Amino acid sequence: MSYETVVGLEVHSELKTNTKIFCGCPTTFGGEQNTHVCPVCLGLPGVLPVINEKVVEFAIKAGLALNCKINKFSKFDRKNYYYPDLPKNFQTSQFDLPIAEHGYLDIEVNGQTKRIRITRIHMEEDAGKLVHSGTTINDSSSACVDYNRTGVPLIEIVSEPDLSGPEEARVYMEKIKSILEYIDVSHCKMEEGNLRADVNVSLRKTGTTKLGTKAEMKNLNSFKMIESALAYEIERQTEILDDGGHIVQETRTWDEAKGMTVSMRTKEEANDYRYLPEPDLVPIITSDEQIEAIRAGLPELPDARKKRLMADCGLSEYDAAIITTTRQMAEYFDVAIAQKADAKLVANWMMGDLAKNLNGEGKSISESPVTAERLAELVNLISKGTISSKIAKTVFEEMWKTGDAPEKIVKEKGLVQITDTKEIEGIVDSVIAANPKPVEDYKAGNAKSIGFLVGQIMKQSKGKANPAMVNDLLKAKLD
Amino acid sequence: MKITRKDVENVALLSRLEIPEAEVETYTGQLNAFLEYADVLTSLDTKGVEPTAHVLPLKNVFRADEVKPSLDRELALSNAPEQENGYFKVPKIMEG
Repeated sequence: MSYETVVGLEVHSELKTNTKIFCGCPTTFGGEQNTHVCPVCLGLPGVLPVINEKVVEFAIKAGLALNCKINKFSKFDRKNYYYPDLPKNFQTSQFDLPIAEHGYLDIEVNGQTKRIRITRIHMEEDAGKLVHSGTTINDSSSACVDYNRTGVPLIEIVSEPDLSGPEEARVYMEKIKSILEYIDVSHCKMEEGNLRADVNVSLRKTGTTKLGTKAEMKNLNSFKMIESALAYEIERQTEILDDGGHIVQETRTWDEAKGMTVSMRTKEEANDYRYLPEPDLVPIITSDEQIEAIRAGLPELPDARKKRLMADCGLSEYDAAIITTTRQMAEYFDVAIAQKADAKLVANWMMGDLAKNLNGEGKSISESPVTAERLAELVNLISKGTISSKIAKTVFEEMWKTGDAPEKIVKEKGLVQITDTKEIEGIVDSVIAANPKPVEDYKAGNAKSIGFLVGQIMKQSKGKANPAMVNDLLKAKLD
Repeated sequence: MKITRKDVENVALLSRLEIPEAEVETYTGQLNAFLEYADVLTSLDTKGVEPTAHVLPLKNVFRADEVKPSLDRELALSNAPEQENGYFKVPKIMEG
């Protein structure tokens, strides 16, 4: 039987505020357990939560960047469930009037653009962290709870079930991450759980429209995990359906070590959250002027930026997409081309030697010892013909080590390209004299032999001879 | 009757309340009485009345994003029935 996969994502992103959503405790990651807690986030009786104004601003920013309509009247609700990572036995979240709704995100898969609808974005508080006494949650006799993360602000971005497989899900998640980084509302450190997804997946017979029963996989915090867990789950559900069975609606976790999803059987199966309006928090009313002011403050987003780099700088779609993946890369590029450096060369260097060195040392582009201005200077030296592309690689390595200006390195190491015809001619003549056999071969019609001769000339000039001039002079002498 | 015995048992389970068998009838009756009382309101014509999200005439009460001192950990844990190494300790979560 052939099936269609239907996937929807609930992406949770912690916001990069200084303090929690409803109290003044810090949001810093990695503090000693239970040191960033107060009566409000511990849910002690009689406390009064007050919302952090930055959270509302960041949520509206995210809503606008994801093409949502901002609800000018928004409120909080209590979502009731019993789990020890919530000290209050309810999570303060938003139910019927979330801050943003009805958005979309366009993703590119296999050269095709696909629009993924975004149902809603709501604000809520993060839960605490459990440390289980056993190896897994199922075999643990007790758990230890750290409430430092409780109350860290989150936005939850809920998509429609518009994704049709593991790759689309990964690309969608990558793009959400990129946009949240561009608008600077989240650290997006997936390894710290800043950004994670609950993935809903179901299968239906190809050609039918009724949604099948779904399974939900919670807290997937890497792109690879999303792809692997989905691939596994699709296979599992296909086998069950092929055997004439039916899918149980349930929550499953991804077991990284075993490479499979595992059912989470909770004592409480009743999924009845009994939402009720949060009486301690008053409604949030946003005016058109406030929304427009936030919209005006948004940076140029990845799609617009990509189009600009293709139209104004002549980059290919592929190159433009890579350069605009992160805001830091895109801004590095913009600084470099503002120095009148050739855009294509800058892009090639960024995706080539620079990326290689950054990856090698696990650095982000903002930590690069070679600044955008310096890379532009290097590219300009190549464009002017002062150095060859080959020599430029040597210069780049030196810049990486010392952070020095390329011109200084070129001068100190005597790497200026030889463009003096007389000087090159001298080397060409000596190489021809020293290599009678390849010269004969070339004259006899073996065109490849010229490559060997060029190589010898470049070697003798220590890579400094202008390659185009070498070619021209050599051919003039042999033909 | 709007509320049945089953509803009461379910709400009790969700709320982690243990209700003695003999009292289930009593609560079922009382909860129904609440709802019937509230039903009086539905006889009013609310056409053209905005839904009320909050009973206070307040909106947009915000807090600046400024760090305030947190609780001392010892104090934070002082009411916990069980604790271990600075953590709150809780019993088994999953069925197993």
